[in-house]
Amino acid sequence: MSDAHASLALSGSRTDGLLRRLLRLPGPAFGLAVTLVLLFLFLFGPLVASHGFADQDISARLQGPSFAHLLGTDHLGRDLLSRLIYGVRIELFVAVPAVFGGLVLGLMLGLPAGYLGGRVDALVLVILDTLHALPTVVLALTLLALLGNSLANVVLVLAVSLAPSFARVARASVFAVKHGPYVDAERILGASTGRIMLRHVLPNIIPPLFLLMAMHLPTAIAVETGLSFLGLGVRPPTPSWGVILADGFDRVRTAPWAVIWTCLALGVTTLGCTLLGEGLRDVLDPKLAGSTR
Amino acid sequence: MGRLLMIASVLLLLLVFLSLLIHLVPGDPVQIIMGPLASESFAATVRQEMGLDQPIPMQVLGFIAGALQGDLGNDFVSNRSVVEIIAGVLPHTMILAVSGLGLAMAIGLPLGVYAAVNANSMADRVIAAISITLITLPPYVAGLLLLLVFSVGLAWLPALGAGRLDEPLDYLLRLVQPATALALGWIGYLARLTRASMLEVLQANYIRTARSLGLSKRRVHYSYALRSAIIPVVAVLGVGLGHLLGGAIFIEVIFSRPGLGSLFYDSIATRNFPVIRGSCIVVATLFVVTNLLADLSYRFLDPRIRVEGAQ
Repeated sequence: MSDAHASLALSGSRTDGLLRRLLRLPGPAFGLAVTLVLLFLFLFGPLVASHGFADQDISARLQGPSFAHLLGTDHLGRDLLSRLIYGVRIELFVAVPAVFGGLVLGLMLGLPAGYLGGRVDALVLVILDTLHALPTVVLALTLLALLGNSLANVVLVLAVSLAPSFARVARASVFAVKHGPYVDAERILGASTGRIMLRHVLPNIIPPLFLLMAMHLPTAIAVETGLSFLGLGVRPPTPSWGVILADGFDRVRTAPWAVIWTCLALGVTTLGCTLLGEGLRDVLDPKLAGSTR
Repeated sequence: MGRLLMIASVLLLLLVFLSLLIHLVPGDPVQIIMGPLASESFAATVRQEMGLDQPIPMQVLGFIAGALQGDLGNDFVSNRSVVEIIAGVLPHTMILAVSGLGLAMAIGLPLGVYAAVNANSMADRVIAAISITLITLPPYVAGLLLLLVFSVGLAWLPALGAGRLDEPLDYLLRLVQPATALALGWIGYLARLTRASMLEVLQANYIRTARSLGLSKRRVHYSYALRSAIIPVVAVLGVGLGHLLGGAIFIEVIFSRPGLGSLFYDSIATRNFPVIRGSCIVVATLFVVTNLLADLSYRFLDPRIRVEGAQ
């Protein structure tokens, strides 16, 4: 068997083993199922939804569940199930780039802080503590108030809010690897600081950061929905779950269905993604098992 | 000393960051805040009141000097001092946050102890499932669900407003739902944290000794084990208050309560920059102060930290 085939078979069996270990536990198995449903709706949502997200039928407004509208309709007679399904796309369109942006910004702070140490580290720590002193929602709302609430700004603001957490983990991981023999060897061979950081330190600190990305995905979804609920995230009529929630909240006494279904969708999504993230963490990095938040 | 220096640096950097924040606005900040219909003379007055007619370094220094003397500027809409406005609503938010945290401790700690003492039992698994569900529930979802059940469905509790402090029973009734909504996530988190911490402590030699001396289970668990197990829990309570203040924005908006959160939200909606800035400073100061207090209190709770510190 060639080396390529051997490594392919090895990575295949590793994936099988990982999947088997994840499926053995009820929590992560539930999380995986929720994530797969979300991915399916993200890719094929428009094919599954029975109505367009903006299709209005005023004569059928504020209805409860029925065969025509399985979860009921909103104040403009739009099908709630279809809007929630389309909403999955918005949630992932915002949350995934936001978490990735948080990773990149976090690396830009945490990598030099951990590797260079000294004053750079002290300065980065003060910046991180300053950002940490403002709750995520307060920081995000302040930045959105100034920049305006477009989809791109929501992504940017979420990335900035999540960056300190990535930076801290990156910084701590760099401490653990920066005195490794391969780093010392590169240094002796005269490699530049930038090259050592990017070519040798970075690849070794990425795994825990990818895990953190999985753990922060539900946070990003929850914060985005919250911002849109307050009217400062994604704008109507885009069917973000926060927008659906805000529309429903205005009529919660007479037609509670929009709030009930959106809360349920959001609760199951954040729970499922968190359980999958924790399952992956426990399986891939048992040292971190049991750490929360 | 090092910790105090760090706190001072953080607050100073925050003041610089907040005084520069308005310059992030693309275009003329005053025009954007006041809207396109504001007259030139009114815009000039606002610009002068906010100090935006001065060079940027002077704006930063002026703002820091004012903040150090307890002056966070004036709200140009109501023409009142920002400190006065915040002082008027802060008690409601503090009562909400402290009640939420108190409720979380009152339920989360015993749940965690029970789960640890009965580790791997069915009860432990049920508590674990409830805990993770509560942790992942965003505070606004908890608030909306409580509102739906207890105000809209059962009509047991009043939904809107905070009531008046001179009518304590009414105030308390209106506090139940918002405080519970804020507490739910922390009940799960504290239960999980206490369980993990208790499991570690229950293995210690002094607990085995206490058990072998024939002390009651209750006394061993609550008087001896929990006293050590609570140390990491206290450490997160400082951070907890900061998180609760973030969640309070949603809760105060949902339940139409006056408070720092709803003031912040209203000022964001109207782009009332002096109030946004002032609210951020108060939230951050509360956060660093409670963190410091948590730090000091767990030094007090854990003799090992005191001894290490003295050495």
